Amino acid sequence: MALSRTAHIVTAYGEELDQLADDLARLGGLVETQLEMSIAAVVRRDASVKPDIKAREAQVNALQVEVEKRVLRLFALRQPLATDLRMTISALKVATDLERVGDLAKNIAYRAGDLAEFAPVSLTQQVERLGAIVIKQLREVLDALSSADVEPAIRVWHSDDEVDERYNTLVREMLLAMTEDSGLVGPGVHILFVAKNLERIGDHATNIAEAVHFMVTASPLVEDGNSPS
Amino acid sequence: MTDTPPNPADGQPIKISARDVTVSYSGKQALHDVSIDIPDRSVTAFIGPSGCGKSTFLRCLNRMNDTIEGAKVAGSLTIDGNQINDRSIDPVVLRASVGMVFQKPNPFPKSIYDNVAYGPRIHGLALSRSELDEIVEGALRKAGLWAEVSDRLTHPGTGLSGGQQQRLVIARAIAVNPEVILMDEPCSALDPIATARIEELIDELRENYCIVIVTHSMQQAARVSQQTAFFHMGNLVEYGPTEDMFTNPRDTRTQDYITGRFG
Repeated sequence: MALSRTAHIVTAYGEELDQLADDLARLGGLVETQLEMSIAAVVRRDASVKPDIKAREAQVNALQVEVEKRVLRLFALRQPLATDLRMTISALKVATDLERVGDLAKNIAYRAGDLAEFAPVSLTQQVERLGAIVIKQLREVLDALSSADVEPAIRVWHSDDEVDERYNTLVREMLLAMTEDSGLVGPGVHILFVAKNLERIGDHATNIAEAVHFMVTASPLVEDGNSPS
Repeated sequence: MTDTPPNPADGQPIKISARDVTVSYSGKQALHDVSIDIPDRSVTAFIGPSGCGKSTFLRCLNRMNDTIEGAKVAGSLTIDGNQINDRSIDPVVLRASVGMVFQKPNPFPKSIYDNVAYGPRIHGLALSRSELDEIVEGALRKAGLWAEVSDRLTHPGTGLSGGQQQRLVIARAIAVNPEVILMDEPCSALDPIATARIEELIDELRENYCIVIVTHSMQQAARVSQQTAFFHMGNLVEYGPTEDMFTNPRDTRTQDYITGRFG
């Protein structure tokens, strides 16, 4: 998240900004792993990840609180300006989005247990594909954040259309399959929830892309006056 | 820089206009080709590290550099379109319409009343005692000091607190109907409460005056001004709306200065 190559005159201030960036990177790493584990659990229909996911969620929440404390302290004691101000405020926004992604990943993992009660269904593959795109989105936007690079953030922002499209296709196919075979309604409902949560995670990745864009350029990410759908 | 920076206060008429203003002291150049448009009825802050030229430029605006031996000012500097360095301009008359408040409050060793009445008396602004009383009361009210001193106008101005003295000096400047008020670090000798009172006063005064303030406090510039100009090594580096300067400065030097990366 380094936006300036010059060091602060007050070393402790520079260190506090670095610590904020480090915490945010750790938070991003935790959430990314949480999401990968959750999607893998759904694909494997594996209920055993639940305790691990729960423990990770506690870590995510604690780290988000730590980021908030750091931001509050920086505002109160350092009054950051310009790039430092934008970085600090973006950190606060990104941490909120990451915490939500953690929650949604937890919901996805919990559905793995529910799905284990049913026979395997082929539509899980569609969720796996959607999940792969969303993980890529999250990974790329977190890289864009840590390198303060606006181009990959813009790419992630645009890729949200693909996530929405795949999600809508999945819902349509799911409804059709459930209409044709009522036995699919049970697992289908859980798959729909998983897909919805993935689509929401895509939205949070888009929010993070917007925060990165603002952090680097000081302007909101809009194209032709439209936000991504 | 010779390019004229855009006027950041859209819609406000320009009060002060500088083009390629250079200042040198005994041959040593302190200010290089400063061009700037300062709008009326607003606060413009000059920021920058010590020795950057901000106070030098401020002193050009009421010809205070005339009093420094070896000082040479060149370029065009107008207030309401009139060249202020023109030989026909009397610096004493100019300084009545372009008042100045300094870092350290400098009341005269006279009564509170006489401090404020001094300017109107020498400029012949009052025809009678009652008229003078009105001017003194009006100026003290505008400076937010009347309620605190109305019952002791005959007391010495030097007996007031630092913040009160600074407001007395502002009242003294206001009493001669200035159009521009220059402030050179007006709060640097004051505590935070007295500073807040002066900042509140600056905010009220901007409705009627063009105010230019030099400050070392970035937070103060952010709080009181609508436009901010950043000076560095005798150059005007960047000039823009205060909000933009503190959230998204364009120049790396401005960025590094306001984020505390060099000083």
